Amino acid sequence: MKTTFLDFEQPIAELENKIEELRFVQDDSAVDISAEIGHLEKKSQELTKTIYGKLTATQISQVARHPQRPYTLDYIKALCTDFEELHGDRTYADDAAIVGGLARFNGQSVMVIGHQKGRDTKDRQFRNFGMPRPEGYRKALRLMKLAEKFGLPVLTFVDTPGAYPGIGAEERGQSEAIGRNLFEMAKLRVPVVTTVIGEGGSGGALAIAVGDVVMMLQYSTYSVISPEGCASILWKTAEKAPEAAEAMGITAGRLKTLGLIDKVINEPLGGAHRNYPQMMASMKKAIADALKGLQEKSVDELLDARFERLMGYGKYKEVSVA
Amino acid sequence: MSWLQKLLPPKIKSREPGTKSAVPEGLWHKCSACGSVLYRTDLENNLDVCPKCNFHNRISARRRLDLMLDAEGRFEIGAEVRPVDILKFKAVKRYGDQLESFKESTGEDDALVVMQGAIHSVPVVVAVFEYGFVNGSMGSVVGERFVRGVQAAIENGVPFICVAASGGARMQEGLTSLMQMAKTSAILTKLADKRLPFISLLTDPTMGGVSASFAFLGDVVIGEPGALIGFAGPRVIEQTVRETLPEGFQRAEFLLEKGAIDMVVDRREMRLQIAQLLTLLAKQPAVSA
Repeated sequence: MKTTFLDFEQPIAELENKIEELRFVQDDSAVDISAEIGHLEKKSQELTKTIYGKLTATQISQVARHPQRPYTLDYIKALCTDFEELHGDRTYADDAAIVGGLARFNGQSVMVIGHQKGRDTKDRQFRNFGMPRPEGYRKALRLMKLAEKFGLPVLTFVDTPGAYPGIGAEERGQSEAIGRNLFEMAKLRVPVVTTVIGEGGSGGALAIAVGDVVMMLQYSTYSVISPEGCASILWKTAEKAPEAAEAMGITAGRLKTLGLIDKVINEPLGGAHRNYPQMMASMKKAIADALKGLQEKSVDELLDARFERLMGYGKYKEVSVA
Repeated sequence: MSWLQKLLPPKIKSREPGTKSAVPEGLWHKCSACGSVLYRTDLENNLDVCPKCNFHNRISARRRLDLMLDAEGRFEIGAEVRPVDILKFKAVKRYGDQLESFKESTGEDDALVVMQGAIHSVPVVVAVFEYGFVNGSMGSVVGERFVRGVQAAIENGVPFICVAASGGARMQEGLTSLMQMAKTSAILTKLADKRLPFISLLTDPTMGGVSASFAFLGDVVIGEPGALIGFAGPRVIEQTVRETLPEGFQRAEFLLEKGAIDMVVDRREMRLQIAQLLTLLAKQPAVSA
């Protein structure tokens, strides 16, 4: 698969193209130019390191939305065995923007749930660009309750621009579906490990992200509103999205500093899409570590800790009032 | 000057634009729904509901509490919790400055006022959103006051009522504001454990992160007539689906029809209605109006 380069990666793209050309030439050339190729490859790596060493929030959000980025089903396929997808909310429909089911993680039965984006135009439409409707959240809740019934840990993967803003979604209670999940997840009697793998878009993300451990990939984002949305409200123009992205603090590093997430999982050089196997290996270790810590706790300890964590969100000052 | 203006005697010439009227400001109110010109005192005596067309005007948090609670035995909860500018957020305006200016314009220091009191002698804790304060948006202070309100309800073994009027999460606090959705929903699990009622009253407007957290978690969910209630704003939906929205879309009556709320209640009946629900749930005799 040919790598798609983002606009700020153009210098890398040019080098990579050159390497590609040389490789092509080398195939039917008597002269050995492998040394030259090696040199350029090294240069490309260094360039990538430099560029990725100082990404802005906007650039990170571009990587988070990269069309070749691994999606939930890629992680499930790589991290789990025996995945049995379960469908439908039993009330209205099966929402393809959220996938979930039973699987084995390191041999242990788990419930996996995540937003799913599509790879090509048709698939993207089928997955509704990873924007769930109420039935998606209700399916997720059904699977979580199923996990609770059988004592299975829940792994969730977050990757959505947000819950779908549509007429039908509103009519079927988008708000209620999200709120219900927040309520139920706060007291779900099994461990929940959440990882933001791409876009953590607002309430639509949070609705499957109330976890005991919340992790984010290095180049993923998590925000209360999209930078474009924030900019168009507070700056009256979507063009100020880069400023909004910086101001809100949507990147993993910043959110870790603010104490809103537990762990940042490092990505391969140039982002998760540049090296799937390496990404999967780091992810597997991170989830295994998180699960191990949680499974040492009793259910009551687990729930108390989750509740304390939820109550701890927020920064304010206290003054004495007469 | 046109020939008509020349003809008119000076006294009935229209006033220059921008000149002040001799009538004191605020004596009259023109209904934004039906256009009737109302004497403000009449409107206030009617709980800010238009006597001609029943349009429910937005009211401040304090006024709502005044209309809802018995005069005796009120005290405020969580007033000690005050906002901080976590991110040193600056868009066109600085968030820190905005907090100051909204404090001046509303008299509140954040968008939620919580009070313990009674409705027709039924003891309750009521949390009310102040829409005038940063669009009633939910940030850290709103979340914490909500939690303290629910905790007070649990400690006193009384029902909790929330009157929502909010544009959603407060983006000037970044992701912390999103987490208030999880926080407020989580504390309600404790209220539910104690089998204490949660009545959620949704007023104009209840949107976004407030709508998508505790708003629909009420044991009984009530809408005020005409209130706009929904997850995504109508403009966003229109831009996404590129269709015209159905008549009355996201209004309280529409939600009732779709099965999203239990009832639409006129503000003038609200006190009695809520007291009635609470006594029914508590297996107590009816209150007398």
